[in-house]
Amino acid sequence: MKKTFRGGTHPPEWKLTAEQPGEKLKLPEKVYVPILQHIGAPAIPLVKKGDEVKKGQPIADPGGFVSVPVHSPVSGKVVSIGTYPHAFGRDVETITIESDGADEWHENIKEDADWESVDAKTIRERVRNAGLAGMGGAAFPTHVKLSPPEEKPINTVIINGAECEPYLTSDHRLMLEKPAEILAGAQIVSKAVGAKRTFVGIEDNKPDAVSVLKKAVKDGKFDIKVVSLPVKYPQGAEKQLINAITGREVPPPPGLPMDVGCLVQNVGSCVAIYNAVRFNKPLIERYVTVSGHAVNNPVNLIARIGTPFSELVEAAGGYTKDAAKLLNGGPMMGSAQWTDMVPVIKGTSGIVVLNKEEAYISDEQPCICCGRCISVCPVFLLPTNIARLAEFERFEDAENLGALECMECGSCTYVCPSKRNLVHHIRFGKTSIMALKKKEAQQTKSKGA
Amino acid sequence: MADEKVEMNQSSEQGKSDNNQSGMNDNQEKSANSATPEATEKKKVADQEKTEVKAKPSKEKPVKEKKPEIPVRRFTLSSSPHIRDTDSVQKIMSTVTITLLPAILGAAWIFGFRALMLIFLGMAGAIITEWVLQKLFGAKTTVADGSAMLTGLLLSFNLPAGVPWWIPVVGSVFAISIAKLPFGGLGYNPLNPALAGRAFLLASWPLHMTKDWLPAFWWKGSGYGYFAWKVEASKFLVDGQSYATPLEVSKSALTTIKSENVPELVAAAHQTLSTVGDLLFDLIKGNVGGCIGETSALLILIGAAYLLYKNYIDWRTPFSFIGVVAIGGWIFGGTSFFTGDMMFHIFAGGLILGAFYMATDMVTSPITPKGRLIFGAGCGLITLMIRMIGGYPEGVSYAILLMNLTVPLIDRWFVPKRFGHKTIKAQN
Repeated sequence: MKKTFRGGTHPPEWKLTAEQPGEKLKLPEKVYVPILQHIGAPAIPLVKKGDEVKKGQPIADPGGFVSVPVHSPVSGKVVSIGTYPHAFGRDVETITIESDGADEWHENIKEDADWESVDAKTIRERVRNAGLAGMGGAAFPTHVKLSPPEEKPINTVIINGAECEPYLTSDHRLMLEKPAEILAGAQIVSKAVGAKRTFVGIEDNKPDAVSVLKKAVKDGKFDIKVVSLPVKYPQGAEKQLINAITGREVPPPPGLPMDVGCLVQNVGSCVAIYNAVRFNKPLIERYVTVSGHAVNNPVNLIARIGTPFSELVEAAGGYTKDAAKLLNGGPMMGSAQWTDMVPVIKGTSGIVVLNKEEAYISDEQPCICCGRCISVCPVFLLPTNIARLAEFERFEDAENLGALECMECGSCTYVCPSKRNLVHHIRFGKTSIMALKKKEAQQTKSKGA
Repeated sequence: MADEKVEMNQSSEQGKSDNNQSGMNDNQEKSANSATPEATEKKKVADQEKTEVKAKPSKEKPVKEKKPEIPVRRFTLSSSPHIRDTDSVQKIMSTVTITLLPAILGAAWIFGFRALMLIFLGMAGAIITEWVLQKLFGAKTTVADGSAMLTGLLLSFNLPAGVPWWIPVVGSVFAISIAKLPFGGLGYNPLNPALAGRAFLLASWPLHMTKDWLPAFWWKGSGYGYFAWKVEASKFLVDGQSYATPLEVSKSALTTIKSENVPELVAAAHQTLSTVGDLLFDLIKGNVGGCIGETSALLILIGAAYLLYKNYIDWRTPFSFIGVVAIGGWIFGGTSFFTGDMMFHIFAGGLILGAFYMATDMVTSPITPKGRLIFGAGCGLITLMIRMIGGYPEGVSYAILLMNLTVPLIDRWFVPKRFGHKTIKAQN
């Protein structure tokens, strides 16, 4: 029996671009680089309007420990700094750079010949300086993950190649095209945290990636185990991947993988880590799948950070007539965009365009208590009850049922026969609970003072 | 830069109006905007601003007329996930109805055209009642979801084949108008409507409900034809007694053995009991008297197997229900302990229909996996008690109705352990 987790569901795979090699997208004329591309504090701009910048030059400094710098993805001139639409859903301070077409690297970016012998501290430093944030979608600053506190030693590193979202194939292509870099990156990660075991977890709908990586492990004599996992959503969720491979259960939030001695890195992050440590290269481009039934020729692209979605969709043959919904990320957890002006950010694993039929939102019917949401919930919650409590604004009861432990994977909403927007209601509950808590904390604080 | 900002405001406003067009209600929009904690905090302020924004456009109009630099293509906004499974309530209800088709055809064959008409009357009664009442009260009609049809069908399945035509009609009217709609319709009714309808009929017209049994294939003899409508159930009296269901025969025989002192009577009862025991194969085929839909266990199991395969019903409820009845029937169902006929108790009466189609009714059964096991076991226990010591020969429907009432409690008590809490416990 193959290793897996309890719960989960089987949305259609629709991996339209699995056979398409990653193509380099032509250099954009203008890039829009937001100072917030990760979870945490936004970066602080270093440049001002009119400044000349080189490719790879830092243009914003991290705004705290849980923050990363931002680099210029092209060489050219800063034309404006101001708010601009962003994939997170609200406008964010963005540095707009006009490319000069020369695409020149900054002079500080060169290979370290002695890269294999650098210590853990240098690795963390270089990873942070390269502006790395998780490339699987959540975009958590990578160096934070690589700096576990001493009382929580990490013994297992898991490289996430599951890619369980429908449509997306960017990680799949990366595994086929850059296996050696992924494994080298994985080894750097293991070294940085002193892990004993390293796994690569891949869903078994990508047998070619499994065999390519297995071969690369053999060729490079890596001490890494490639694990094939059954196809099931959300296999690529950090906690579920750890559970499937090691059997451990990460405690609910604020519990982190490090609480059970694990660290998970996306395959894309591994390549970026390798580039950062060996070549001092910052993260300025990434694999992006442009897919969906409402683009004409779905493709995998290698795009610069800051390229507007519109240019990527154009490279995929443009929209079909009935294009209705634009997503940053996959259809299960991705966020809907109101415009294609938004730029590619570090966590953009794919751009999916849905047609009218797919984007249709049907009316909610009453819950018939079929219990499907409960059987698919990968964290064993009662989604329908929590959603109902949130709707009635009974936030305390919702919290007692574990509302805050929901990771918003969308499995419950996907299977609901009554078409209830469960995740939506739960999200509303979660944010309301957090707001209430914040208010309470403030009140006790002011009382104490 | 200032220009850019104006353009942004303008386009986000356009996005908002698009949002409304795409059919999202206000509540949805609110929480879509509050995807982050900070956003919620600002929600109240934003709500206040919203009214202001509505008033603003007249002032901003000159800015709006300025042509935007980039042609703006607008997209639908909604909260994730963005794709849905194709299963719907309607599909579930119609599939359940279709899986009952073998049992319907079986009933039509065994009990004649009459049975088919009764089923039709039950279904029509339920559908028309729901539609008329919802129209009358100005509510959204939900007949299309197929649940009323299923209620009518299941109600008719629980009637003796010889009842007058108005029995299924009155029963389904009661089921929909009293047991279902007043509570809020599908999804909110605490009791299984079909069973509530049956209980009402049993309490109101006990003679029809307990004496109108017709033997299997009655239409083949006694001068009746397949399409015969007017049937006198009393014509099928056997030895001056009504033609009873196997459970009734078995129960009265057992009572005789336990209470009578006349040796001839006891011997006769033993004789009856053994012939009833030999009925097993007939029970499975449906060649016995009983309610319209519950005679042939085999035909019901065919449909149930499909539902189990499609995951439309949970195996847990029927498993624990039938399991408890089987084991209890074996221990207490005979003349002494551990001599009961396990198979007879499983296949006689309405247990198979009840366990697979009534107890598994999603709305009125618990929602958690463990809760469903408990629910089934409770149904089994009450069924046994009614069969063994109660006044009725059969107790499946009352057992399910009584357990329906415990569902909120079961749901509260048997909440699954959440992911990761095992680790917290181990660490402490």
